[in-house]
Amino acid sequence: MNRADAWRHSARATAAAVRDGALRAADAVESGWEGPGRTWEDSVHAMVHADPAARSAGAASVAAGPLAGVPVVVKDNLCTTEYPTTCGSKILAGYRPPYDATVIRRLRAAGAVVTGKGNMDEFAMGSSTEYSAYGPTRNPYDLARVPGGSSGGPAAAVAYGLAPIGLGSDTGGSVRQPAAFCGVFGLKPTYGRLSRYGLVAFGSSLDQVGIFARHAGDVALTYEVLAGSDPCDATTRPGAAPDVSGWDSGVRGLRFGWPANLWAKSVDRDVIDGLEEAAAALERAGAERVPFDFLPGEYAVATYYLVATAEASSNLARFDGVRYGFRHPDGDDVRQLYVKTRSAGFGPEVQRRILLGTYALSAGYYDAYYLKAQRARTRIRREYQDAFARCDFMLLPAAPTLAFRIGEKTEDPLAMYLSDIFTIGANLAGIPGLTVPVGLAPSGLPRAVQLLGPEDSEPALLRAGRALEVRGDGARLARTHETEFPWPTKR
Amino acid sequence: MAYEAVIGLECHIQLATRTKMFCECPVEFGAAPNTNVCPVCLGLPGALPVTNRAAIDAALRLGLALGCDVRAESVFARKNYFYPDMPKNYQISQYDRPLCEGGTLPVVMAGEERRFALTRIHAEEDTGKSFHPERLGDRKISRVDFNRAGVPLLELVTEPVLREASECAAFLTALRRLVRWLGISDADMEKGQLRCDANVSIRPPGQTTLGTKTEIKNLNSIKGVEKGIVAEIARQTAVLESGGRIEQATLLYDADHDKLAIMRSKEFAHDYRYFPEPDLPTLVTSDAWRADARVRLPELPWVREERLIADYALPPYDAAVLTEERDLSDYFEELARGVPPKTASNWLMTEGLRHMKENGWDVEGWRLRMPVGAFATLVQKVEAGELTGTLAKQALATALQEGAAIDAVLARPEFQVRSSSDDLLPLVRAVVAEHPGPVSQYRSGKLQTIGFLVGQVMKMSNGQAVPQTVKQLLESELARLE
Repeated sequence: MNRADAWRHSARATAAAVRDGALRAADAVESGWEGPGRTWEDSVHAMVHADPAARSAGAASVAAGPLAGVPVVVKDNLCTTEYPTTCGSKILAGYRPPYDATVIRRLRAAGAVVTGKGNMDEFAMGSSTEYSAYGPTRNPYDLARVPGGSSGGPAAAVAYGLAPIGLGSDTGGSVRQPAAFCGVFGLKPTYGRLSRYGLVAFGSSLDQVGIFARHAGDVALTYEVLAGSDPCDATTRPGAAPDVSGWDSGVRGLRFGWPANLWAKSVDRDVIDGLEEAAAALERAGAERVPFDFLPGEYAVATYYLVATAEASSNLARFDGVRYGFRHPDGDDVRQLYVKTRSAGFGPEVQRRILLGTYALSAGYYDAYYLKAQRARTRIRREYQDAFARCDFMLLPAAPTLAFRIGEKTEDPLAMYLSDIFTIGANLAGIPGLTVPVGLAPSGLPRAVQLLGPEDSEPALLRAGRALEVRGDGARLARTHETEFPWPTKR
Repeated sequence: MAYEAVIGLECHIQLATRTKMFCECPVEFGAAPNTNVCPVCLGLPGALPVTNRAAIDAALRLGLALGCDVRAESVFARKNYFYPDMPKNYQISQYDRPLCEGGTLPVVMAGEERRFALTRIHAEEDTGKSFHPERLGDRKISRVDFNRAGVPLLELVTEPVLREASECAAFLTALRRLVRWLGISDADMEKGQLRCDANVSIRPPGQTTLGTKTEIKNLNSIKGVEKGIVAEIARQTAVLESGGRIEQATLLYDADHDKLAIMRSKEFAHDYRYFPEPDLPTLVTSDAWRADARVRLPELPWVREERLIADYALPPYDAAVLTEERDLSDYFEELARGVPPKTASNWLMTEGLRHMKENGWDVEGWRLRMPVGAFATLVQKVEAGELTGTLAKQALATALQEGAAIDAVLARPEFQVRSSSDDLLPLVRAVVAEHPGPVSQYRSGKLQTIGFLVGQVMKMSNGQAVPQTVKQLLESELARLE
């Protein structure tokens, strides 16, 4: 492995080469920038903050851990001391946090180097990365299409080869949906398994840091580094995280749910084809298909948008121009300072959600909206529990469509919200979900399936994800061919 | 017409914990601005709160001391409103499931114990402090200090059971005594460690429904609370008597000018949009924790006050003074083991408290300089007639001033009593000779004049003469003159 081809390799192989002295950390980190970065970054625009000096400083002092020398792209809502953290928003322009998020500290302790900050929908509100104040990210498989969102930047960067691992955040699908659109793995862990300390909050009870990678084994490796309780985050689960070291042990004996009623309508044929091929592959590998009807609360989208916007309206109150970030120059008194700073600093989608959430929590509406949504959430959680009494995990779409065109849904917020329909349930229920790429559709766009399991089912999800790891031609990817990937080609 | 006032109090008690409510920054008064801060208490993006168990323990003990129902599971909630000294623009507080509900605070007024009902006690975080307006060139600016942001607070709310301003003052005095007694707060109102808002309404006597209430804020001394409420009752009475209506409002009391100003009227009332704090799990106080907190409660001040009256036959006034502080009542009980209780009380309340006040010592500081054994020795000598009260007080002052042991001071010649007739008779004769006026008054029947003459002899002896002996000698000397 050398500086010219390190970017093609998995994180696991890269770290081993760095630990063995076969590859310098600086070469591992710069490989992605010098190779695919030169080809893709200008047109894809996955990154919002990058700094060669910060990278070389990071590479000069890597720890000899499981991620030694591995470059990692992190979403721009994770606090990092060496880069600004702007959440895709003008209101945080130039803001540089004085502390690292817990997941960033754990990455560094494991030897990883943050190679840059990935683009995102402003404050993670969106499903296409078009709502970034710093311009949209494009899908490397088709530059006219979106990479998904809100963690579109890290997803696209991992797909084109800038880094083998990315971190995003998933509040309603913001890791799993862009992973599907960009053809990479995307894990949203069980709520409370990864610390949220230093993740700029959107919907605190839904937010979870997620992992992007091109290989199931790299997701497992990163999960092992990051998962575990954090004294700085009171919502992390106590005790040890589940053991995912058996990610390559096959699926024999696992039962997967097959709720085909979910994609009976309004789901693209390409998506359904991907599901059917994946199910067949799992069966061939020894898993058992359990068909059942599943209605994860007809009101999941409404419930989600009430809970998420209510929490967001409060979480985003702190961005007021008083202490950090953007401050409007014309505020004559404190009220005007607030109004002008927030009106100019937040984009329209963020303002829309703050207004929705403020309304849902207002006196006289609380019971009808927020409280009712909490009750619905409890019920949705129970429905998932009931479903998992019959299977170890279930197979379903990550999104109803493949990557859609830039501009296709920006004028229709409701259509955009409905693209989350298959992902929000996991956030409401606090359960893990894994997007698994299953090759390319005839159009050349990535296809994917989503696996959802009960709390702490990450080991089973990763075993199944590994079993579905396929090459561009649909054949199963051998472990020894870890540089193989359906790489995008420039058109 | 005389109206009846109905008053409820909201008291904020700043806890004297080592660290803040949701982070590990120190709780410290008077540090340089913005030095005791971190990402959590500054509300930086991504920072998360972690509950300080010591603060919850303090809340538990206060709740148990007041006989509240303590919830096994209570919930933190966000109170949303914008204010520059509130870093997150929401305050982590408690709303519909507070830690403690119910309970009563016993307050002794005019020798009678009253129990004022409480609504709730909940835990929350303090805000920072704004300073304004200042000027920077031609612009008006404000500055904010976040050292106080995140300091643990307990909010204690009473039922609307208070009727007079003086009751409110007595309530606050009793509350201050209790929180200091429990060691959970220094409760210095000047430092904002104990703050009070009052909800006030008035109604004609006999009416059972409540009138429209106003809330008075900025009451930062017990005197201020009393005066502010008196002023508001007077204001409301004047409004009603002139045929007006009370408007719901929040008022600020300016103690310097004894004036109330309207801060905001009802139409600008906040909608706080409370909802459960998603960053914190349900606050669980286990049975074991609550039982342990109960065991750790000291004898409560009102219980000890009663016991001092019952066990030591002290007048209620003495018991009240001695139980103003737990350390003081401890000192008293130790002193009363070697000295008759009322004597111990007298010496402690007059000499002891005077020296503490003059020197700015707390009871601990006093005890350091005047251990119970030493003070007992001094008082015992007076009791045994081996020392006059005057000499004892002088010896005490000397010992405290010099930092000397009381025994060593008492051994000095100037603190020896003079009781022999041979020694004192020349002084008596000199005084009789020098004061012919009082002497003739005495002889013409004004016998109380002897007090003056005794005093003169005492003065001449530098206080060392035994007054009873002097009096006897004077009486026989004056009788001899006839």
